[in-house]
Amino acid sequence: MFLINCPYCGERDQQEFKAGGEAHIERPKQPTELSDDQWAEYLFMRKNIKGVQFERWNHAHGCRKWFNMARDTSNDEIKAIYKMGEKPPPQ
Amino acid sequence: MTKNLRVKSSEFIDETSRISFKFDGKTYYGFKGDTLASALLASNVHLIGRSFKYHRPRGIMTSGSEEPNAIVQVNPNSNITEPNARATEIEIYEGLEATSQNCWPSVNFDIGGINNFLAPFLPAGFYYKTFMWPKSFWEKYEFFIRHSAGLGKSPTKRDPDIYDHRNIHCDVLVVGAGISGILAAKNAAKNNYKTLLIDEKNELGGSTIFETNENKKINNTFSSEWLKKEISEVKNIKNLEIKTRTSVAAYHQYNYLLARENLTDHLEKKDKKNKIRQRLLKIRAKKVILATGALERPLVFNNNDRPGIMLSSAVKKYIDFYGVACGKKNIFFTNNDSAYESALSLHNKGIKVDAIIDIRENSNAKIIKKINEAGIKIYWSHTIVDTSGYKRLSDISIMKLSNDGMSVIGSKTSISCDCLGIAGGWTPAVHLYTQSGNKLTFDEDRNIFVPKADNSEQICVGSCGGDFELDEIIKNLSNKLKNFLNISQTDFEDISLENDKETSKRNIWLLPSDKPTGKTKPFVDYQNDATAKDIKLALREGFRSIEHVKRYTTTGMGTDQGKLGNMHALGIIADTAGVKMGELGTTTFRPPYTPLTFGTIVGRNVGEFFDTFRRTPMNDWHIKNKAEFENVGQWKRAWYYPIDNETMHQAVQRESKAARKSAGILDASTLGKIDIQGSDASEFLNRVYTNAWSKLAIGKCRYGLMLNEDGMVFDDGVTTRLGENHYIMTTTTGGAANVLSKLEDYLQTEWPELDVYLTSVTDHFATASLCGPNSKKILNKIIPELDLSDENFPHMSFKEVIIDKIKCRIMRISFTGEQSYEINAPASFGEAVWEKCIEAGKEFDITPYGTETMHLLRAEKGFIIVGQDTDGTMTPIDLQMDWIVSKKKYDFIGKRSLYRSDTMKENRKQLVGLLTEDPNIVLEEGAQIVSELNQKPIEMLGHVTSSYFSPNLNKSIALAVVKDGKNMMGKKLFIPMENKNIGVTISNTIFYDEENKRINAKL
Ligand SMILES: [Zn+2]
Repeated sequence: MFLINCPYCGERDQQEFKAGGEAHIERPKQPTELSDDQWAEYLFMRKNIKGVQFERWNHAHGCRKWFNMARDTSNDEIKAIYKMGEKPPPQ
Repeated sequence: MTKNLRVKSSEFIDETSRISFKFDGKTYYGFKGDTLASALLASNVHLIGRSFKYHRPRGIMTSGSEEPNAIVQVNPNSNITEPNARATEIEIYEGLEATSQNCWPSVNFDIGGINNFLAPFLPAGFYYKTFMWPKSFWEKYEFFIRHSAGLGKSPTKRDPDIYDHRNIHCDVLVVGAGISGILAAKNAAKNNYKTLLIDEKNELGGSTIFETNENKKINNTFSSEWLKKEISEVKNIKNLEIKTRTSVAAYHQYNYLLARENLTDHLEKKDKKNKIRQRLLKIRAKKVILATGALERPLVFNNNDRPGIMLSSAVKKYIDFYGVACGKKNIFFTNNDSAYESALSLHNKGIKVDAIIDIRENSNAKIIKKINEAGIKIYWSHTIVDTSGYKRLSDISIMKLSNDGMSVIGSKTSISCDCLGIAGGWTPAVHLYTQSGNKLTFDEDRNIFVPKADNSEQICVGSCGGDFELDEIIKNLSNKLKNFLNISQTDFEDISLENDKETSKRNIWLLPSDKPTGKTKPFVDYQNDATAKDIKLALREGFRSIEHVKRYTTTGMGTDQGKLGNMHALGIIADTAGVKMGELGTTTFRPPYTPLTFGTIVGRNVGEFFDTFRRTPMNDWHIKNKAEFENVGQWKRAWYYPIDNETMHQAVQRESKAARKSAGILDASTLGKIDIQGSDASEFLNRVYTNAWSKLAIGKCRYGLMLNEDGMVFDDGVTTRLGENHYIMTTTTGGAANVLSKLEDYLQTEWPELDVYLTSVTDHFATASLCGPNSKKILNKIIPELDLSDENFPHMSFKEVIIDKIKCRIMRISFTGEQSYEINAPASFGEAVWEKCIEAGKEFDITPYGTETMHLLRAEKGFIIVGQDTDGTMTPIDLQMDWIVSKKKYDFIGKRSLYRSDTMKENRKQLVGLLTEDPNIVLEEGAQIVSELNQKPIEMLGHVTSSYFSPNLNKSIALAVVKDGKNMMGKKLFIPMENKNIGVTISNTIFYDEENKRINAKL
């Protein structure tokens, strides 16, 4: 059970949060210009790596804010937490 | 007659309070402080149960939670009986009843015992190999197996006990209150760390608390005496909380631990009443100190499982702590010095020890001298090759070991013996350490797995950390604590120590016998009856990974999780396969360390507290008017209102007719309501709905469909424009929370530039939906000043009104196809407004109707219910709702997906109407639809999504999704049911008032 440091509320138990999948996948600004393959890439393709992964998390039972997390999936170490819109920290 | 083997009074046993209890129907006596095991041993009862596979008689092996054999059924005659309790952990109380498990019909005569003689035919994997073939025989085997095997009986009645959860946050958590744990907790707490100390026993002090070894002294007194003083100090430290009878079950990441606190299991019935039985502690600790100690290993030799064969440390605890001698003719069998301590404990209390069999060639420890002085014979370089005695050990046979330890030499000597203490060395209890995700490293020299590294959030101390000698424990503990707690000194670093060090070692995982391995039974896992032979067989059959060998042989898979035998299993695999143990790794230690009751896990979340109920403001009225309720998400919604003895069908038919004939009223308070404000509110709606919103006039309502980004229908509802920058959106009852979350997600992450604010107001408004041809007249009675003409208040528009000084919102929208007004009142006035409608409607026979009638009425009109007629694979086009998808808008959520080759395919499943050939047959929702009955395999074209008998049309109607349904209008299809094929015809989805005349009709 993670202890997650919400950038707005501070450290809270994982059960207050909801995971929201891979981070830094921007919704295409002009979807109509995309081929089926390009749209499918945005819609369906997600990484599932062993190592540091960037994820979206939502403090669903707290401030309800979305934020990003860099997490090492091999040992569940949370490397960094940063707000939406911010760039991921350098490795 | 049972002999009392209580030979010495003990300070831990209160001999003034005698307790009677029953085991296997017979009454025994013990004292306060006894466990079931110690009390039975005091009565010379060793035979406790039968083993799982061979049904061999088994006795008490240990004195703690690692017990594999002595597992019992508690309160066997009660329907809240508890199986798999360990006799070594149950504290006796007046009235306790327990029985043996795993035996049928009784522990002394057990039919399954025949398996013991069939053993050559029951190798590892036997059950997999035999009973699975031929498949049809399984039922016959099962009957026999279920009767003769199994681990206890499950309770059959609801658990009446109270359980609880508690969250604990602390600076330092210390697990284990032996000497290391006590000192660690004391030094943490004294240095201003808020500390929690947990131990599974009822008494603090671990094994040191009854230590009277003269060769282990602290400050010139027995270590037990010294520790008692420390404990009395520890009990009075302010910021130290101590939890006894508490077992840590799981150690998760980020120092999150779950522990079970036992509060009343040791009390007699009258004292248990109305008290919390067990509490789950959810602990979040900044730092964790694991002082979980070590578990003694057995030795693996032929027939090492007879009642009377126990761990040497258990024999010591029973005499030193409980004052109980486990036998009259005692022998020890060892590969290290600790058995000598046990022997000396017995000897010092006047119990005869006949011999010590030691596989080592010698030892220089001081304690050997004491044993010699006591006149106890030591057989160096010897091993036990066999034992005898069926229900109780009677003899052992010993032989000399060869130099390489692989075989035995010389002649066999037989010695009579009723208690054999076996000592195979110690295994650090690293279970919790590894659960936390940390790795172990193998110490080749000492044959133990030890924690790889400490870190700033966790350390392992004492024997759990691999230190077995008292001086090492104290020295390393002090150094570790200084570093971990960031303190300059500990209060025990200067104590003087006297310590008899172990000097000689010899480890043989599988001891040789004069018989070949195939003819012996050296048990590795007692509970699951896995022998060394089974492990060797698994290796011969090609299993290599320890995880596979474990599953194939079931080694370590019992309720004790192989706490005793796992190391031997690894050692035998390594020796047989010719690899190093360190390279094999260990199996994964999984939570819980000891079994948890379901009650503890669930805590207070039972019955009505299992999940939250949500009730509408009109709930009391529904109850008063005998509504039946249905669960919709967490809501309790009025389902239908039976009058007299009406069935559900009769009530729904009556309600449905009444709503169309005159007037009906529905509690629609549960619909999700989201208040949307901000200068970009219109633009926001344009992006989330499929249709256009910019041109919706203030005071008007519009139906909207929301998609997922994959183009599939996600939710629907009516949204009303209350002002220039103000909307109120309604969602489905079940979708409300998800819609709000999804909209928030887009606003925060994709479109942060939009000036839009969302607020859930579902609970703020109560909604009474008035419908039917007379709804206008009823509303007119309630608000005479409001102009209800179709010109002033047309369909799909909104008015703000005052009803009895209460500001209400009325939307003229319809989910039934009738003229309909949804009156939204502030929640606290919901019931008052509802009753006003009922009162005003009396002269029009207003009929309250529930969700079932609502579903029927909307089905007559072909309105979809998201989640019933859609299932996450339906696009608006599939629903034949092309009209709601804007062609002009550049983008909205899911738009691009509607142009994917897959979603544009012609023969997707599409929503259609179905009419049965026989109008009286009502289809079953979910029923499959086919066109060819004789096809093999038969092609499923789709399924029925909604189905009712329409009282207004006097025929059966249904909605269905059917492959290429759009192009099949009028086509005949079949619904094959169990005993008949039902003919159906594909129709339009709108069954009633296709021209929408009734919405505005002046009837
Ligand atoms: Zn937060």
